[in-house]
Amino acid sequence: MKVTIDGISLDVPQGTTILQAARMIGPEVAPPTMCYYSKLKTSGGYCRTCIVKVTKGSNQNPNPIPKPVASCRTEVLDGMEVQNVTSSEVLEARKGVVEFLLINHPLDCPVCDQAGECHLQDLGYGHGAASSRYEFKRREYEMIDIGPHIKLHMNRCILCYRCVKTAEQITNGRVHGVMHRGDAAEISTYIEQALENDFSGNVIDVCPVGALTDKTYRFKQRVWFTKPMDAHRNCKTCSGQVRLWLKGEQVVRVTRAKMPGMKWSPLFAIHADLIIKKHRIGLLKVPLKFNGIRLYHKTITST
Amino acid sequence: MATTLLLKHIAVPGIKSLDVYRNMGGYASVEKALRTLTPNQVTEEVKKSGLRGRGGAGFPTGMKWGFLAKPEGVPRYLVCNADESEPGTFKDRYLMEHIPHALIEGMITSSYALGARKSYIYIRGEYFYVSRILQHAIDEAYAAGWLGENILGSGFSHDCYVQVGAGAYICGEETALLESLEGKRGNPRIKPPFPAVAGLWGCPTVVNNVETIAAVCPIITMGGEAYSKIGIGKSTGTKLISASGHINKPGVYEIELGLPVEEFIFSDAYCGGIRNGRKLKAVVAGGSSVPILPAELILKTAQGEPRLMSYESLAEGGFQTGTMLGSGGFIVMDDQTSIVKNLLTFARFYHHESCGQCSPCREGTGWMEKLISKFLSGTAHESDVDLLWDIQSKIEGKTICPLGEAAAWPVAAAIRHFKSEFLELARNKSYVEINHYKRLQPVS
Amino acid sequence: MSAEVHGTQKFDATKRTQIVFSASAMALVQKLISNYPKGKEKSALIPVLHIAQAEFGGWLSPEVMDYVASVLQIKPVEVFEVASFYTMFHLKPVGKCVLEVCQTSSCWLNGAEDIVHYIEKKLGIKVGETTPDGMFTLKVAECLGSCGTAPMLQCGASYHENLTYTKVDQILEQYASEGRPRYYTDLDYTNTL
Repeated sequence: MKVTIDGISLDVPQGTTILQAARMIGPEVAPPTMCYYSKLKTSGGYCRTCIVKVTKGSNQNPNPIPKPVASCRTEVLDGMEVQNVTSSEVLEARKGVVEFLLINHPLDCPVCDQAGECHLQDLGYGHGAASSRYEFKRREYEMIDIGPHIKLHMNRCILCYRCVKTAEQITNGRVHGVMHRGDAAEISTYIEQALENDFSGNVIDVCPVGALTDKTYRFKQRVWFTKPMDAHRNCKTCSGQVRLWLKGEQVVRVTRAKMPGMKWSPLFAIHADLIIKKHRIGLLKVPLKFNGIRLYHKTITST
Repeated sequence: MATTLLLKHIAVPGIKSLDVYRNMGGYASVEKALRTLTPNQVTEEVKKSGLRGRGGAGFPTGMKWGFLAKPEGVPRYLVCNADESEPGTFKDRYLMEHIPHALIEGMITSSYALGARKSYIYIRGEYFYVSRILQHAIDEAYAAGWLGENILGSGFSHDCYVQVGAGAYICGEETALLESLEGKRGNPRIKPPFPAVAGLWGCPTVVNNVETIAAVCPIITMGGEAYSKIGIGKSTGTKLISASGHINKPGVYEIELGLPVEEFIFSDAYCGGIRNGRKLKAVVAGGSSVPILPAELILKTAQGEPRLMSYESLAEGGFQTGTMLGSGGFIVMDDQTSIVKNLLTFARFYHHESCGQCSPCREGTGWMEKLISKFLSGTAHESDVDLLWDIQSKIEGKTICPLGEAAAWPVAAAIRHFKSEFLELARNKSYVEINHYKRLQPVS
Repeated sequence: MSAEVHGTQKFDATKRTQIVFSASAMALVQKLISNYPKGKEKSALIPVLHIAQAEFGGWLSPEVMDYVASVLQIKPVEVFEVASFYTMFHLKPVGKCVLEVCQTSSCWLNGAEDIVHYIEKKLGIKVGETTPDGMFTLKVAECLGSCGTAPMLQCGASYHENLTYTKVDQILEQYASEGRPRYYTDLDYTNTL
């Protein structure tokens, strides 16, 4: 199928979304995303950051789509023509979306552990305005623990649903979800249950902002003062693909190593880039030169 | 101009019951369809009639039915949208409460056309007592053989169920309604796929408004061709209008499409003029989400033509000088009404009803409400009008479902036609809430 | 987590075991479930929550939601997600009679705010509060589809329309003497919702 994005054409297989096609072309035309996560089923569509304009629907039906569409949830049709950065309308709309995402955000980046690897920070930097027009009191929630190792800072949440879908799709007993509605909607556990199973730590990794943070790492170190190193650990339950974050010779944080791989599901956990709690917590105590870890990547110097 | 189809027998005592409804010619469409027409022929009649969705969008019903996917071995569903929640609209409640069999009859005939073995009526939770009336009507219909196995010996079997919601305007959006019917949060789905392909429980589904389904009965009985001759142009047939606000005779009126707006407001056959001898200031013609129009533009188009109650005439002039027929929620305001305060009630409504899935609506609706409140509390600046305009423009069209537009349009229209009222409040900090209750007590 | 912030009460597992639908309510629940295809029992959740709210004191406690989850064999979090989405479900205790006065456009145009003030003065409570005797909770509601008969209020399953101050007096007296409103389940308990 042929699709043209910002004047650049390419052929893509059926079922490719506009976003995937744009990413194939390259970062210069790929729209930014916040809520879309490629490994999840039915992910995306909520934040509206990736909206683009379809100026020609397809060869069969060349009419434009009247409203901007979420590129992450819209499949390419043969002959489709799309405008992203070449449309001032799209850029203006995106600016609006960034503003909406930020009006109730606490902007507490100086004390946020996500700073330096926060998608919202990047989005605001790239597409936002220098000052806010919002003059009202921001929405506030108390910070809570939603499990022994996870801190929920609801003030920072942009309701991307990524953690909910992750829990739904890779574990059997989801205990957290989106409660209430409208601008009172919030991520919460059912009553006082805790997210506590082998895979629950992965919700931290999928959170695009600082809403879910790793309690073992909170206020330990700024991200940009640590160096990532990918490593592999033999494991029967998960992929064992870990990323160790080093401060000198000390492991200060463990996340999963991002790998291009297949979609997540409980069946394929072992193949996907998911890691279990044992590694996330356990490796913090393991000295770097321990034999149980096989280093198979060189140190990555930039994140 | 006084053709009535749906409410023809409204005054007949006992019309709520199956026996009286039947005596007045009820269930004729089921008889005609099952005995003499194929399902496709029923759909063809609906296409010929020119019937357009009565829920608000005005999409041709026959075409919507035509989109229904019919894969082998997969059940298809008809779902009736009785989640009427658009402020200013109460016609479906009136119809279901007084002539419940009109809906049940329409459900059977329409299901026959669509090949639906089962249908569901999703009614808003607050209308609980109406759901009981519907359930009673369904029970009567089962007892008389209009529902169940092998209806009229035709081989067509059908079951109809009522389900209540629990308070959420967004469930009037068809995919949110389906989510709610499945026992979930009323979050609209991202389309495509459309319900015609993957709707209720992933099966092909048609969702139609109560009045749309009820209108199928006269269409089949009299024939699509005859129905299409009622009304004006592409606005065929009759429409139930919910009239409320500062008028002498609020209520539900069945009008033939094409009736002049002026006649509707001032004739004693309809609204009966403005209450307490006051003057007309503005009208919201089709439910809270359609643009408000000042008196001069609702009575006459910008070209000076008389404005008619039809899809086309009300939309004449686009949003610059026109509005929409919408759901037919006709709210009339007299010359003492504050347009800004009325807008606040709308903005508060949409803020309250946003599902919270997508960011422009979740964040924007609350922001607009807070800004509008500033004008009434005397803390607004003139520049806030421009800010308000900019926010609504950034919500409109950027959301998953049409609630974004529904929230943005009334704000845009109020600024477009009544900007001076906003500026006046910003300059003079002069808003004083009047006691509407006392003001409206009849002059003795 | 802080229970107060999240609008729910502390969960008490011992209470949960005391919560069981009456035989008639259970029969109704089973009838409702049978309205849906096999495997789609979750579809009955909203009507079943209405029944639960009427059965167990007019609000949905964590224990009640947990019980509903077990009846429909779904995850408790799914019940909480749904119950907190819809305005007709109360997640905190409320008075026996919840008065919900519509305040949207047509009702405002016809004096809804004045009706609210009148009730506030009469009951000595503000919107959102409950009278000390636990009889009345006053709330404001968004459009209830009664615009032509504005102003109006809903209490339980009853609509009270074309309100006047005198009518409000009568309604409050009637509820005070009857002790409770008509619940959804009062309107013919033998049939489906």
